[in-house]
Amino acid sequence: MQEINFLKPNRDNIKNYSIIGSVLILISLIDVISNAFLKTNLTSFLPGSLTTLFPLILGLIGLNMMRIDYSGNKTFDLLNKNINTNNFNALLTLLILFSIIKALPPSLSWMIFDANISGDSKDACTGTGACWTYIKVWFRRFMYGMYPNEFHWRINTAFILVIALGFVGYFMKENLKKYLALYYVIIYPVIAYLVIYYLISGGSFGLQWVETGAWGGLSLTFIVSFFCLIFCFPLGMIFALGRRSNLPVIKYISICYIEFWRGVPLITVLFMSSVMFPMFLPEDFFMDKLVRVIIAITLFEAAYCAEVIRGGLQSLPRGQYDAAKSLGMGYWKMHIFVILPQALKLVIPGIANTFLALVKDTPLIFVVGLAELAGMLALAKTNPKWLGFAMEGYIFASIIFWIICYAMSKYSYNLEAKYKTER
Amino acid sequence: MNNIIKKFLPQILAILFVVLIFGFLTINAQTNMDNRGIDFGFGFLSQESSFDVQFSLIEYSGSDSYARAFLVGLLNTLLVSFISIIFCTILGVIIGVARLSSNYLIKNSAAWYVEFFRNIPLLLQIFFWYYAALRALPLPEKANAWFGVTYMTVKGYYIPSMVWENLNVFLYCGLAAIISIIVLRNYANNLRDNKGKQIPVLLYSLAILIILPLLSFLIGGVSLEFELPQLKKLSKISYIYEGGISLPPELIALVLALSLYTSTFVAECVRAGIEGVSKGQKEAAASVGLTPNQVLKLVIMPQALRIIIPPTTNQYLNLTKNSSLAAAIAYPDLVLVFAGTALMQTGKAIEIVSITMLTYLTISLTIAAIMNWYNKKIEIKEK
Repeated sequence: MQEINFLKPNRDNIKNYSIIGSVLILISLIDVISNAFLKTNLTSFLPGSLTTLFPLILGLIGLNMMRIDYSGNKTFDLLNKNINTNNFNALLTLLILFSIIKALPPSLSWMIFDANISGDSKDACTGTGACWTYIKVWFRRFMYGMYPNEFHWRINTAFILVIALGFVGYFMKENLKKYLALYYVIIYPVIAYLVIYYLISGGSFGLQWVETGAWGGLSLTFIVSFFCLIFCFPLGMIFALGRRSNLPVIKYISICYIEFWRGVPLITVLFMSSVMFPMFLPEDFFMDKLVRVIIAITLFEAAYCAEVIRGGLQSLPRGQYDAAKSLGMGYWKMHIFVILPQALKLVIPGIANTFLALVKDTPLIFVVGLAELAGMLALAKTNPKWLGFAMEGYIFASIIFWIICYAMSKYSYNLEAKYKTER
Repeated sequence: MNNIIKKFLPQILAILFVVLIFGFLTINAQTNMDNRGIDFGFGFLSQESSFDVQFSLIEYSGSDSYARAFLVGLLNTLLVSFISIIFCTILGVIIGVARLSSNYLIKNSAAWYVEFFRNIPLLLQIFFWYYAALRALPLPEKANAWFGVTYMTVKGYYIPSMVWENLNVFLYCGLAAIISIIVLRNYANNLRDNKGKQIPVLLYSLAILIILPLLSFLIGGVSLEFELPQLKKLSKISYIYEGGISLPPELIALVLALSLYTSTFVAECVRAGIEGVSKGQKEAAASVGLTPNQVLKLVIMPQALRIIIPPTTNQYLNLTKNSSLAAAIAYPDLVLVFAGTALMQTGKAIEIVSITMLTYLTISLTIAAIMNWYNKKIEIKEK
């Protein structure tokens, strides 16, 4: 007769052990689930703290019994290898599982089952859960700020136009491709500026003028980050080249510029743009607050951009420079036709990361009084008709920003993988 | 001749450009300030500030000078950065190691933690903790005691304060303990290198670290008492805790947001560092007969730390700069106290904003200089 070795499960007694083990784990899971979902404590007969520890102990014993190397069953082995390599791992596995089960019912009921979305005033929110009515009512404000409701189509059209113009490069004819860089660096920003100025600001072509103070919400986030990106890239390129220059004056000016902007927090830069910068402008010269903020963020991000591009320039082998020089190319020819095309391709993921940081930094413009999404939330939160919904507002904003930033970071990973294989 | 022009013309043009811009700005500022009747100068620093600060580490009242207000703000900034750095390091190391775990669940939870907290703007996280999460805490009279002596309430976190007697004796003892541990380590290293003998340094160090301060209590006349926070009734409906130390909710929200946000970046640095040590190193170390602990301590960690420390310091620097977001929830840091309140009162925009920026710049450049020196020191010297 086969002897069951209770201390060491192995391949021979796998059947007994796996059955006992899975039953024990099942019991512990049932206990936790009933505790979380049905609010009944199955093990209330046990004394004090043992009740809470009971499923953990049971699960640990069960997992210990299931831990059999080379059991012969593929899924069984895979499971063991992934979640059950030793006692410590098993403990962590159980803790993670239990905390997910524990956290699920309250968050689900708050977000979905007890939540309200119908109605259009605060009175509609009677449940104990979230009040999505608040988000629904304020949605247009969160997206477009104080921009007049009847003109929202102008913002949408402008965005669609700008995005469409951005894709022009893909459909350009082969013989025009050499002007691509020229298009993106000079022509595109100008056109985009004109589109946004004439459509969103208005004032001509029969469109009513809407001052920038009324702009806001998520669309302002996009406007600010869009302009900062297209302006900070060429500026960063200039300073990156300057920092690698042989001419000492240019080199040290670039170093000073880069290190200065990288050394100060963005919030002080914004303070500077709002309280200090007007002092430095000619007396009767008025500059819009939004323009000042965009200039400030552009100068700030250009320094980070420059460092990223410098990384790309440095990673090019010396041979590229030598080869270009030996062909008789001068400094500009060498950089435009040999160095920059290669270096910029290398730094695309880094630039994407800088842009990501830029988007995450835009809520800061709230400190100078421009109400983008975070600012609109602060405004909505203090509205006497809608007090007490801070949680819903911030969760909504977090989800929106999270989706944008996550998509961008995934895209930058993809780009990184794509360009890695090409070299 | 051609060469000289090529070399000097761009430089002269660059200098001219910079001088022109600065000149233009200065002249504008001069005329603007003349018109508005503002004079430039740092004399205001010694004037009476006449505003109050909610939370400060040093004694401060409205009759103190603006310079002292600056110091209060700076200390508050350094305090919140320091606490957050400690927490984000602990969290970051745990998460970074967890991302390399063989356990599927742990690996993925850590990965999602990183993806989650990294992709939400820091300002939103601070707002979330301050306006949504911490506002849901109980009032002082309804608060439950954590660990029996500390109280987490909507008005802040109350912890016992320590009342020392002869604190300096205790500090000297601690200093002596640290110095003797350093001496011991050097001695042990010498012994190992020259004679091949090993002594349990960690055990001895721990013993020194415990015994010396303990001696100060027994014979040095040092004594320590805890002052517990006590609930006190102010009026019929408002209660407050007295005694002990109270940490304001602004500080807690900031520390939570900063450390959770930065820990994701630290975790990525840690992961990259450990992954950066080649597998051959581990195998080689094991094959010369080192135990797994020794492999980790003597082979993996020194190499991983070389990769981990520079980017991590960069993250600490970012954290310190990000702590300026404190101004958004009215935590009295450098930006709020100095670039906010003091600026409003004096109207010295240029002076105050430049002092604030220069302060952050000094902190950044100092740390950067130290890091460069450190990098040079730990660089692998190849022959």
